[in-house]
Amino acid sequence: MLIRTTPEHPIPSSEITPEGVYQNRREFLREAGILGAGLAASSLIACAPGEAAVLRQQSTLNGAELKPELTPEVDVTSYNNFYEFGTGKDDPKANAQRFRTKPWSIKVEGLVSKPATYNLEDFIKPHKLEERIYRHRCVEAWSMVVPWLGFPMADLIRRVEPLGSAKYVEFNTLLDPQQMPGQRFPVLDWPYTEGLRLDEAMNPLAMFAVGVYGKMLPNQNGAPLRQVVPWKYGFKGCKSIVTMRFTEKQPSTAWQVAAPDEYGFFANVNPEVDHPRWSQARERRIGEIRRRPTLMFNGYADRVASLYSGMDLKRNY
Amino acid sequence: MGEVARETGSRVPRGVPSTVAAPRATRAARLSPPGWLHPLVIVLALIPFAWAVFALGSDLFGDTRHFGSEPIKESEHFTGKWALRFLLLTLAITPAIRITQQGWLIKYRRTFGLIAFLYACVHLSIYFGLDIELMWDLLVEDVLDRTYITLGMTALLLLIPLALTSTKASIRRLGSKRWNALHRLIYVSAVLGCIHFYMAVKRDVREPLVYITILAMLLGYRMVAERRKSRAARARVTLDQGQSTA
Repeated sequence: MLIRTTPEHPIPSSEITPEGVYQNRREFLREAGILGAGLAASSLIACAPGEAAVLRQQSTLNGAELKPELTPEVDVTSYNNFYEFGTGKDDPKANAQRFRTKPWSIKVEGLVSKPATYNLEDFIKPHKLEERIYRHRCVEAWSMVVPWLGFPMADLIRRVEPLGSAKYVEFNTLLDPQQMPGQRFPVLDWPYTEGLRLDEAMNPLAMFAVGVYGKMLPNQNGAPLRQVVPWKYGFKGCKSIVTMRFTEKQPSTAWQVAAPDEYGFFANVNPEVDHPRWSQARERRIGEIRRRPTLMFNGYADRVASLYSGMDLKRNY
Repeated sequence: MGEVARETGSRVPRGVPSTVAAPRATRAARLSPPGWLHPLVIVLALIPFAWAVFALGSDLFGDTRHFGSEPIKESEHFTGKWALRFLLLTLAITPAIRITQQGWLIKYRRTFGLIAFLYACVHLSIYFGLDIELMWDLLVEDVLDRTYITLGMTALLLLIPLALTSTKASIRRLGSKRWNALHRLIYVSAVLGCIHFYMAVKRDVREPLVYITILAMLLGYRMVAERRKSRAARARVTLDQGQSTA
């Protein structure tokens, strides 16, 4: 009989930054104002360009499958869907520059043994930050390859100890129409709500990102804290998170409420299930002219398909 | 021109410029636009087209982002919106003539109509050639299964007979009655085009609603004018009847 053991972190090392980069972690955290009390104004500014260059260089030395394909930073940070700052792709960058992410707190509530409100620093500090290069597939049939900086969602969830009755985890974006002009129009039912089944959130691929391209998350990318769930469409990644709620019932999510026939709760990348208004079979990688085939679960099937065994993915889209 | 000559002709002495001797027009003054205006308008109307060609080419083959990070999508939307704008501009000519009494504007109805058709064709070419990469099966699937594409495609196809019969010779051949009936298809095309835009938008429908509002105003103007005309005609009939019985 064959017994297969699952490694603790079944992510190929090729998708995780080499150890050397972690040595920069303390510096990153200091720059980010996450370590120590020095929340200087400069802390919002990304780490020194030189340092970022080091990160990049080491990343490419690693020779990972995705690394040569990294989407240019300018695209990652200027082509965004973040409706809180406007519905145009360039609106978030234009309208989010004065968004205040300090101080920031995150409330962990619901079916959890340690409900608490954390300062951003306390939320992040116990975790080891790592760079992960993920494919990012938007439901609109474009995609990117993004070097995120963050930590596994599972580590945080273990830390706050959800109760046995918790089956789902819900996330909310900040609600602040003063700062987020997009929220002044009822384009979506604000605040933005997303959710995952607990086992999805515990999957080692699911992460909280606090940075991208070796720098702090720019505001337009969901600063200071966002979800990254690479086998799902991009809209499953809640940005500028202020609440994390453990629930027994499946939460209703922003896009599902807005257009239930077009956006489901699971929103797994699936080339066989079309959006009613366009095919999901192929995607255009930003920076490329020709489309490429979309991969089941965005190419992460070997690590997440088992979460959905026995489920009808055409119905549970 | 003929109308102007009839009004002033007999009273204008030979050799005196008509502008001096002509009596003031009773309603709006008739402007006579300079000869270069029409070519200038055409050039201006083609600037977005030239820009789209340049910017898309530069974005695809160079390292520019004139159309942002997804130039194919963006140029597709850009040209589609210009098609709709010129379609609405075409529909605005008749009300503009009625309101301003500037009959010479009629020439621009055809100009703008043809330019709308040009932008619609570029829009379709980007969609078919670059967006779905000449895949006929995908085109068929889109047209059959996706209502907004069905509508958009219909809106464009309806413009083809109009563009083909846009010459003076066609008016003569068809006769003005039949020609006018045929060219009423532009209303259908504009309505379908605006619905196409509305349905294509993911969530924020404010922009397509602007187009729909303008279209509704242009069509509403015609309906009101039509009703007024028929009421006036009816009034004339009853007046005539009244006189005949008296």
